Amino acid sequence: MSSPAIDNEWPLWEIFIRGKHGLSHRHAGSLHAPDAELAIKNARDVYTRRNEGLSIWVVEASKITASSPSDKGPMYEPAQSKVYRHPTFFDIPDDVGAM
Amino acid sequence: MYAQMVKSEKAIGGPELETFQARIDAGEKIEPKDWMPAGYRKTLIRQISQHAHSEIVGQLPEGNWITRAPTLERKAILLAKVQDEAGHGLYLYCAAETLGVSRDKLTEMLLDGRMKYSSIFNYPTLTWADMGAIGWLVDGAAIMNQVPLQRTSFGPYARAMVRICKEESFHQRQGFDIMMKMAQGSASQKRMAQDALDRFWGPSLMMFGPPDTESVHTEQSMKWQIKMNSNDELRQKFVDQTVPQADYLGLTIPDENLRLNKKTGHYEFSEPDWNEFFEVLGGNGPCNSERLAARNKAWDDGKWVRDGMMEHARKKATKESEVSE
Repeated sequence: MSSPAIDNEWPLWEIFIRGKHGLSHRHAGSLHAPDAELAIKNARDVYTRRNEGLSIWVVEASKITASSPSDKGPMYEPAQSKVYRHPTFFDIPDDVGAM
Repeated sequence: MYAQMVKSEKAIGGPELETFQARIDAGEKIEPKDWMPAGYRKTLIRQISQHAHSEIVGQLPEGNWITRAPTLERKAILLAKVQDEAGHGLYLYCAAETLGVSRDKLTEMLLDGRMKYSSIFNYPTLTWADMGAIGWLVDGAAIMNQVPLQRTSFGPYARAMVRICKEESFHQRQGFDIMMKMAQGSASQKRMAQDALDRFWGPSLMMFGPPDTESVHTEQSMKWQIKMNSNDELRQKFVDQTVPQADYLGLTIPDENLRLNKKTGHYEFSEPDWNEFFEVLGGNGPCNSERLAARNKAWDDGKWVRDGMMEHARKKATKESEVSE
């Protein structure tokens, strides 16, 4: 039985792929690769075997800063009370026509 | 996108546990950085890894026939299918990693036998018809299990499953296509198809796991929505779907007790040999040691490549940072 070296693991990369229809890049998943160049090559094999993409972005997972779930309240609740930011807040008479 | 070493704020929750369960009951997805009970995390790591290991080891019985596929087209199709299995393994390892376990650790636990993979891949693939039987029955059984898991409570797992299910349907259809070709072929080809069905029927039924009466972990896993249906429920569904397909092929399901219960609309069938199941799971199946040896060899033989590429990447990065200074 072998004992794999855990200390020399290839870093984790997050993969973002632009689909066909002029959309923005979207998170597709992650994979391990020694560097960015190989991360792109691996991403092509792992995430675009069926024409899922036209363009690939890769970024090392450790370089990403994410918001914390416990900040959910202070981060997003203020937006909930500002209903006037949505067009449906304003009643425009039918006579005015499409707006 | 996800932090890889999430520490749960508390090991066992009081009020958190209730909030957590309420979120699951409301159909919300649990994401990697969210609070979750230690048991949920542990169970998921075990389940997702086992699933991933199965995809990886599952390449071996089919890889066995790539060089001997009957036509170039069949060979290209089989290659694509086996490549998909590797991809499925990778999607799932990624999902497991978001729970704070390293990929190499998971590999290590597969290679030294601490973690399991599906019993089905410990059977040999003796003829080309086995490629048909595996696609039709084994991937068919896998789909039964995976389609409901697209709704599982853990976000990364559910998303991996969506990708997998899209691709799995190709696998089952290519298998059925092989079976059709052989069942409509010469007498000896038909015999091969029947023989493959005879050998893979029981092991396919075992894929769903032991009967509900003996399944220890079902209740909690179903409450957490990381298991969506009971073993017997899915097994019944699989039999109901597969018997008419066998009829279409003109092949006979190897079960004397198989009959349609007109009242229930379901097929009655014999239980597979559960002693065999536990033997295979315990490491004593026909191919257990061969499969593990193949995975260990691949890992050991690939070490110099992995290390060399990592070292090259490090040197290149150092050089680039020196140039930019």
